[in-house]
Amino acid sequence: MSTVAAGDHHDHPESPYSIKRWLFTTNHKDIGTLYLWFAFIMFLIGGVMALVIRTELFQPGLQFVDPQFFNSMTTMHAIMMIFGVVMPAFTGLANWLIPMMIGAPDMALPRMNNWSFWILPFAFAMMLSTLFMDGGGPAGGWTLYPPLTLQTGDALPFVILSMHFMGLSSIMGAINVVATVLNMRAPGMTLMKMPLFVWTWLITAYLLIAVMPVLAGGITMLLTDKYFGTSFFNAAGGGDPVMFQHIFWFFGHPEVYILILPSFGVVSSIIPTFARKPLFGYASMVYATGAIAFLSFIVWAHHMFTVGMPLAGELFFMFATMLIAVPTGVKIFNWIATMWRGAMTFETPMLFALGFIVMFSIGGFSGLMLALAPVDFQYHDTYFVVAHFHYVLVPGSIFAIIAAVYYWLPKWCGNMYSEGLGKTHFWLSTIFVNLTFFPMHFVGLAGMPRRIPDYALQFSDYNMMATIGAFGFGLSQLLFLVLVIKAIRSGNKATSQVWEDAEGLEWTLPSPAPYHSFSTPPAIK
Amino acid sequence: MFAIKRLNAWLGLAFISVVSGSALAAGQPINMTPGVTDISAEVYDMHMIAFWLCVVIAIIVFGVMFYSIFAHRKSRGVTPATFHESTTIEAIWTIIPFVVLIALSIPATKTLIDMYDTSDYDMTVKITGYQWLWHYEYVEDGVDFHSKLHTPNSQINNDEEKGENYLLEVDNELVLPVGKKVRFLITSNDVIHAWWVPDLAVKKDAVPGFINEAWARANEPGIYRGQCAELCGRHHGFMPVVVRVVPEAEYKQWVVENAKPESATEYAAISE
Repeated sequence: MSTVAAGDHHDHPESPYSIKRWLFTTNHKDIGTLYLWFAFIMFLIGGVMALVIRTELFQPGLQFVDPQFFNSMTTMHAIMMIFGVVMPAFTGLANWLIPMMIGAPDMALPRMNNWSFWILPFAFAMMLSTLFMDGGGPAGGWTLYPPLTLQTGDALPFVILSMHFMGLSSIMGAINVVATVLNMRAPGMTLMKMPLFVWTWLITAYLLIAVMPVLAGGITMLLTDKYFGTSFFNAAGGGDPVMFQHIFWFFGHPEVYILILPSFGVVSSIIPTFARKPLFGYASMVYATGAIAFLSFIVWAHHMFTVGMPLAGELFFMFATMLIAVPTGVKIFNWIATMWRGAMTFETPMLFALGFIVMFSIGGFSGLMLALAPVDFQYHDTYFVVAHFHYVLVPGSIFAIIAAVYYWLPKWCGNMYSEGLGKTHFWLSTIFVNLTFFPMHFVGLAGMPRRIPDYALQFSDYNMMATIGAFGFGLSQLLFLVLVIKAIRSGNKATSQVWEDAEGLEWTLPSPAPYHSFSTPPAIK
Repeated sequence: MFAIKRLNAWLGLAFISVVSGSALAAGQPINMTPGVTDISAEVYDMHMIAFWLCVVIAIIVFGVMFYSIFAHRKSRGVTPATFHESTTIEAIWTIIPFVVLIALSIPATKTLIDMYDTSDYDMTVKITGYQWLWHYEYVEDGVDFHSKLHTPNSQINNDEEKGENYLLEVDNELVLPVGKKVRFLITSNDVIHAWWVPDLAVKKDAVPGFINEAWARANEPGIYRGQCAELCGRHHGFMPVVVRVVPEAEYKQWVVENAKPESATEYAAISE
C-alpha cells in the first residue's frame, strides 16, 4: 500500500500500519484479506487434525490417541474445514472480487462486513477451547446426531454457541453479497452480463440465507433436549432422533453446494482466460447453477438411505439426487467446450482449474453411484463416502480456492508469483491428494466403515498409502504459503491486465488494485 | 528455472505412476463383495454397471479434454476460435445424460422394491444395539444372547500379534439357517447404531425407540463378518457383527442346545 502515490488520500487506509486498521476496517479488500488469512490458518489447524487421524490409521491397532479423542478429531476436522476454511475463503474471495467485478466502490454494508468477519476468530477460539473441557471436545461427528451428541460433556453448549456464531457470520456475509450484487452494479452491468463468479455467489448467498437458520433451529433443539427437558429427539418423550437428521440435512445438502458453487464461478473465470476464448454457454451455466441450487433443497434424505425411510421416500430422493448429474454435467461439458479449439497455455491457475475439472468429476462419478439407493446400502458410512466427499471438497473446492488465489494474487498485491514453484505446488498437491483419497475408494468398497480409530488387517496397505499421501499433501501446502508471502514481498510487477487474455472489470484497475475500487462507475460495453 | 521445469516434468510422470501403481499394489481387496444372497448379487451387479458406466463417460469426457489440451495449445501456434454457444449441442448433452439416468434408475428401483419386501419370512431375529455390543433374540425359537468383540486388548494395544480376524470376531455368533428368509427387526437401546453385513447386503440403522426391518436369505453356509456402521461413541470401531450360516439340521440342533425358557425374563432384566 505504501507505494501508492502519497498525495491521493483516498487511496490509503486511514492508519496503514496499525492493528486498528485491521480491527476497524470497513474496506472490502482489507476484510477480504482478513478472511483469506483466517481461512489459511484454520486450514493448517484442521490439517493438523487430519494428520492426527491419519497417523492413528497408519497401521492397525491403537498406537497414538484414545478412541474418544480420535472421534473428537474427526468431528473437529470437519467443522474446521467446512466452517473455518472453505466458507470463509469464499467469503474472502467475494469481498475482494465482487465490488471490482461489478464496478462498485465497496460492499453495500461495510460495517456489517467488519462484524461478520470479527465474529469468526471468537467463534473458532471457543470451538477449539472445547478440546480442553471436561469430557473432551465434541466427538459425535460434525453431523451432531442425537442421542450420541447429547452424551458430550461440558463442551456441548460451547460447540452449539460457536456454531450459532458461525451461522450468524455467514448469514451476514450472504446478506452483504445479495445487497451488493442487487444494488451496486455499475450502470449497464445487467444481471446476465455479470461474471459467473458473481452469479454463483449470488445464488450461494440465497442458499446460505435459506438454510443457516434451519441449522440454528436444529442445534438449539439439541440444546433444549440436553438442558431444558424437551424431547424433540427422544423417542421416550414422544420425539424422534431421525427428525434431527432430516433437519440437519435440509441444511446440510444445500450446504455442500454452498461449498462448491463459488468454485464453479472461479473455474468459469479461469478457463476462458487461458483458453483465450469466451466461456461456452454462459446462459446455460447460469441456469445450471440455479437448477443445482433448486435441486439441493429436495435431495437431503439421500444422506439417510439406511435410517429406515418408507420405500416411496427412498425412491423420491434417489430420483431427485440422480437428476443433479444433469446440470452438473452441463457445467463440465461447457468448460471443455470452452477449451475446445482455444489457444491454451498452462499457467498455475489453469493447472489447478484443469485439476479441478478432472478430480471434481471423479467425485461426481462416485456421487452418481452413491445416489443409487439399493447400492448405497453397501456404500453408506464407509470410506467410499469419505473418498467421494473429499474428492469434491479437496481437489474440488480447495483446488478452486488455490486456483483463485494464483489467478487474482497479482491483482491483489501487484506482484507476480513464481510460476515454476506454482507448478511444483500443483503437481505435488495433485500427486498427494490422489495418493490420500483414491485408496479410500478401495477400503470403503472392501468394507471399512468410516469414523473408526482401528481397522481389520485387510485394510492396512491402503490406509498406510493414504497416510503417506496426507502428510505429503499437508507439507506441500507450506510451499503455497512460502509462494504467497514471496509474491506479496517481491516479484515481477504485474500489469493491470495481468493475464494476456483476461476479461472483466477487475482487470481494468491497476495492479495492485487501489484501496477503493470504482469511485466513479466504469463504462460497461 | 530450468531445474524447476525439469522437476515439474518428473512430478508429472510420478503422478501417472502413483495412480496406476496404487491400483495394482497390495493385493488386498479393493471391491465390493458380490455376497451370498440374491439381493447382494443384484446390488453388486448394479454397482459394477454404474462403475463401468462412469468409466466409459470418463474416457469420453476426459479423452476430449486431453485431446484439446494436447492439440489446442498456444505453443502449437493455433488461433483461438470464437464460438461460445450452440443450442443444439447444449440440448444434446442435457438430454443424453437424462436418458442414461432413467435407464440406470429402472433396475435400481426394482432391487429396492425387493429389499423392502419383508413379507413371507421364515423366521425373525430381533437385533438390539447397545454401546458397544449387539443383542440377538430369535423371536420364534426362544434363543437370545449378547454378542460382543472377542479380540483381546493385548492385540489392540499391539502387545501381541494380531489374529487373522482382528476386530472382526465375536464371542457369540449369530447363527442362521441357509436358504431361509430371515427377517431382522433392528432397534437400539441407547444411541443410533447400524447393523451391517456386506455379504448379506443388509445395512440398517438401529434407532432407539423405533424398529427397522430388513431381511436376508443366505444361499451358502459360511461365516460372514461386518461391523457397526453408524458412529456410536468411543468403541464404535469395536462392535463387529459375525453371522454363521449353517445347514438347517445343524441350525435346529443349535436351537435345541441354546434355547432357554428363562431367556425372556433375563432379557427384560437387562433392558431395565
